[in-house]
Amino acid sequence: MAKASTFQDLILTLQNYWAAQGCLILQPYDDQMGAGTFHPATTLRALGPRPWNAAFVQPSRRPSDGRYGENPNRLQHYYQYQVILKPAPENAQELYLGSIRAIGLDPDVHDIRFVEDDWESPTLGAAGLGWEVWCDGMEITQFTYFQQVGGIECDPVCTEITYGLERLAMYVQDVEFVYDLKFNNQFRYGEVFHQAEQEFSVYNFERADTEILFQHFEDAEKQCRELLTGKRLALPAYDQCIKASHAFNLLDARGVISVTERAAYIGRVRALAQACCEAWLESPMGEYKPRFG
Amino acid sequence: MPDLLLELFSEEIPARMQAGAARDLERLMVGALTDRGYLFEGIKAFAGPRRLTLAIAGLPARQKDVREELKGPKTDAPQAALDGFLRKTGLTRDKLKVEKTLKGDVYMAVIERAGRETVHVLAQIIPEVMAKLPWPKSMRWKPGLSVRWVRPLHSILCTFDGELVPFSFAGISSGLHTRGHRFLSQGKIEAKRFDDYAQKLKAAHVVLEADERAAIIFEGVKQAAFVHGLEMIPDEGLLAEVSGLAEWPVVYIGTIQDEFMDVPAEILQTSMRTHQKYFSLREPKTGRMANRFGLVANMIATDGGKEIVAGNERVLRARLSDAKFFWDEDRKHSLASRVKKLEGIVFHAKLGTQYERVERIEKSAAEIAAKIGADVEMARRAARLCKADLTSGVVGEFPELQGVMGRYYAMHDEENAAVADAIRDHYKPVGPSDAVPTDKVAISVALADKLDALTGFFAAGEKPTGSGDPFALRRAALGVIRIVLENKLRLPLIVDADLLSFFADRLKVALKEKGTRHDLIDAIFSLGHEDDLVRLVARVEALQTFLKTDDGANLLAGYKRASNILKIEEKKDGKIFISEVNESLLSESAEKALLSTLTKARAAIAPLLEKEDFAGAMKQMAALRVPVDAFFDGVKVNVDDRQVRENRLNLLAALRVTLHQVADFSRIEG
Repeated sequence: MAKASTFQDLILTLQNYWAAQGCLILQPYDDQMGAGTFHPATTLRALGPRPWNAAFVQPSRRPSDGRYGENPNRLQHYYQYQVILKPAPENAQELYLGSIRAIGLDPDVHDIRFVEDDWESPTLGAAGLGWEVWCDGMEITQFTYFQQVGGIECDPVCTEITYGLERLAMYVQDVEFVYDLKFNNQFRYGEVFHQAEQEFSVYNFERADTEILFQHFEDAEKQCRELLTGKRLALPAYDQCIKASHAFNLLDARGVISVTERAAYIGRVRALAQACCEAWLESPMGEYKPRFG
Repeated sequence: MPDLLLELFSEEIPARMQAGAARDLERLMVGALTDRGYLFEGIKAFAGPRRLTLAIAGLPARQKDVREELKGPKTDAPQAALDGFLRKTGLTRDKLKVEKTLKGDVYMAVIERAGRETVHVLAQIIPEVMAKLPWPKSMRWKPGLSVRWVRPLHSILCTFDGELVPFSFAGISSGLHTRGHRFLSQGKIEAKRFDDYAQKLKAAHVVLEADERAAIIFEGVKQAAFVHGLEMIPDEGLLAEVSGLAEWPVVYIGTIQDEFMDVPAEILQTSMRTHQKYFSLREPKTGRMANRFGLVANMIATDGGKEIVAGNERVLRARLSDAKFFWDEDRKHSLASRVKKLEGIVFHAKLGTQYERVERIEKSAAEIAAKIGADVEMARRAARLCKADLTSGVVGEFPELQGVMGRYYAMHDEENAAVADAIRDHYKPVGPSDAVPTDKVAISVALADKLDALTGFFAAGEKPTGSGDPFALRRAALGVIRIVLENKLRLPLIVDADLLSFFADRLKVALKEKGTRHDLIDAIFSLGHEDDLVRLVARVEALQTFLKTDDGANLLAGYKRASNILKIEEKKDGKIFISEVNESLLSESAEKALLSTLTKARAAIAPLLEKEDFAGAMKQMAALRVPVDAFFDGVKVNVDDRQVRENRLNLLAALRVTLHQVADFSRIEG
């Protein structure tokens, strides 16, 4: 099997592989978020009885992980590849291993292992059991059976597979410095993103106007609450929840949130997420009404 | 006799849960079988990354027949009682026997239950046992089913005497098949008996037994290290963990790049252990950490492990670059400059920030230093800096390196060596097997740190409970006790009564291992004025030695007798006898002799106690034994003459007071 020789090959290979497994190939969500799990195609679709199989790339923003473009593998903006399979198929692990083979990691010469790592997102009120998947000691994937989202039990349980694309690509391409990754045969990752990492690190740590951000947080929270009263609009409300979460992450990176306040802010985002999830379960796609009979 | 084989095959079971699951499976099956009258020859449970296995040898093919006689109501009891008995036994009245007893005729039911075929019993109890298996954390995975397992369960193999035991759990029917290693074997494996099963699994690259996997890893790392002229740094916890991460463990050796070798060994070792689960190696002669590590894979790679080793080395480089980055960054700021940052770290909601804590520790360390003859300024300095490394990048990444890193940074800042060592050692002892600090500066800070936590949490009402001790206060108290005793520090423990009794309890636990009686500790503690642990222990030891002698045992008996009499008479009279003995009222020679010995002993004991010559004090008390015995042999206390009676009670009270100089004998058992 040929290795995915460029970053975009890796993405295309995964897209093709999961499309072949019957997944919807969705596009990234157009809001800034900390992880693919925040995509409504995961958070909201994980709830309720309807089956759902989807895969997508999601740009993920982690303002405090910014390193001014100097760290070999830490980025404040990176890509996750996310697969969500509901209900969790019996052969979920096998399907996953198939994807690893597809991108050129041959289990006959590598050491692939499932090491306990229960995933939890306090901001989403979500939790699941699973593993981080190791390839030769390197964590390449988070593999989780969702048990709860927005504080609500998942039934059926779904499988969430999250690949850290840069890390995986670095492994496949045998590259030590993320910016050296071949994005395609012409451009390196650094040519695409290095300047962004430098500028956004300055923004995240130094320049972001905290007063504005505090206001963004308040506004998003207020708008989210408003959208959940009267005729409830689960999806627009959830957008506001995502915005509040990102504002919080930026404030956190700016170091203006104390330890005690931190827990309170996380609690506020969680409350929004929970309310959105509840509204979703009463919406047409969230609840289950057999159309016939 | 037939055997049972049970295998529960699932997705990867967390390493830390495997041993417990095997124990629980065994325990629950033993319980279920004995409840049903079974005896068997042997049982053994196995756990690994993907399977729990249970083998029972010599289990009878049929359950024993059971004959039970149940006594029912009397024949003249009301109908309702009889109806109830019939319901309970499931019999009709004509099946009951009548038996004559002393209380009259009663109904007897004889219930005979034929034993069932064991295979049916097993089919019933195994799903029940599986449902009861207490995983520390478990999950749902099947739509519409609330059944839980640690991770999705895939198959159940179950045979008895080589035949299928048919049952189902979580919608999975038991069968005769399992699977081997995830990558080193293919297809299903049929097994009907344990030996065959174990053999086929081994052929399919699965080592069933955790101990065997651990031995393979241990020997593997040892051998491979030896080839490089190195030895492994033993790590039981890591060994147990990696044994649970591979069905077919294969050891490879990797190399640490030179650029990381000047990073402190503790950082390298911690990073390798916690993130990568690698074994560190060292040079046998110097004990210096080597630039090699042992890794355990779950794979015999077709390329001999080239890719695996290269991959792991690459991951380690990234890990160590991170660690080295922190180490380099951390040294750009002095420890002293970090102290202020502790204002931003909450120690506990009720106890303020780490900065406030440091201020308290600094003050108290200086006081302790003055008392134990340590350099006060150095103790103050060490206390000031002791928590500063909590704001460093390395400790942020590896909290277990707190203190250790503080020492490195202090040395880098060219602090005094004793100050640097004290920063590291003030957390000690961190466990029962850890050594206590012996340098006086370190002792001052270590005691101040622990006493601050103890007094603070006690004042905040956060005392340990029977089951929980979230702030490790027991360990802190034990640490204080060990530091004081092992360094023979003469330092009064000035704490409130509540905390003192907590210390007393910890002391009992600590001394119990040395065979010291807990009641003797109480006997000294309840004197109420002993806050010097070293003296307290010396007293307890002298007392224990004394009580082992004939004189001691007899004197204790005499004391008990005197104190019982006093208790009764004091209750009767409604007063306590404390008056001086009136010599002129003494008539019997035995009471005169007792008084004179008592007076002498009392005078002699006080200065001996002063000098802390407890053995000497005990010797003086030993002299009391003969006159006390003689007194009880020859003198009657409760005589009609009121004055004589009270005088004799006062004499016994004098004995009590004399003995209480040394210990509260009423607390001594036996």
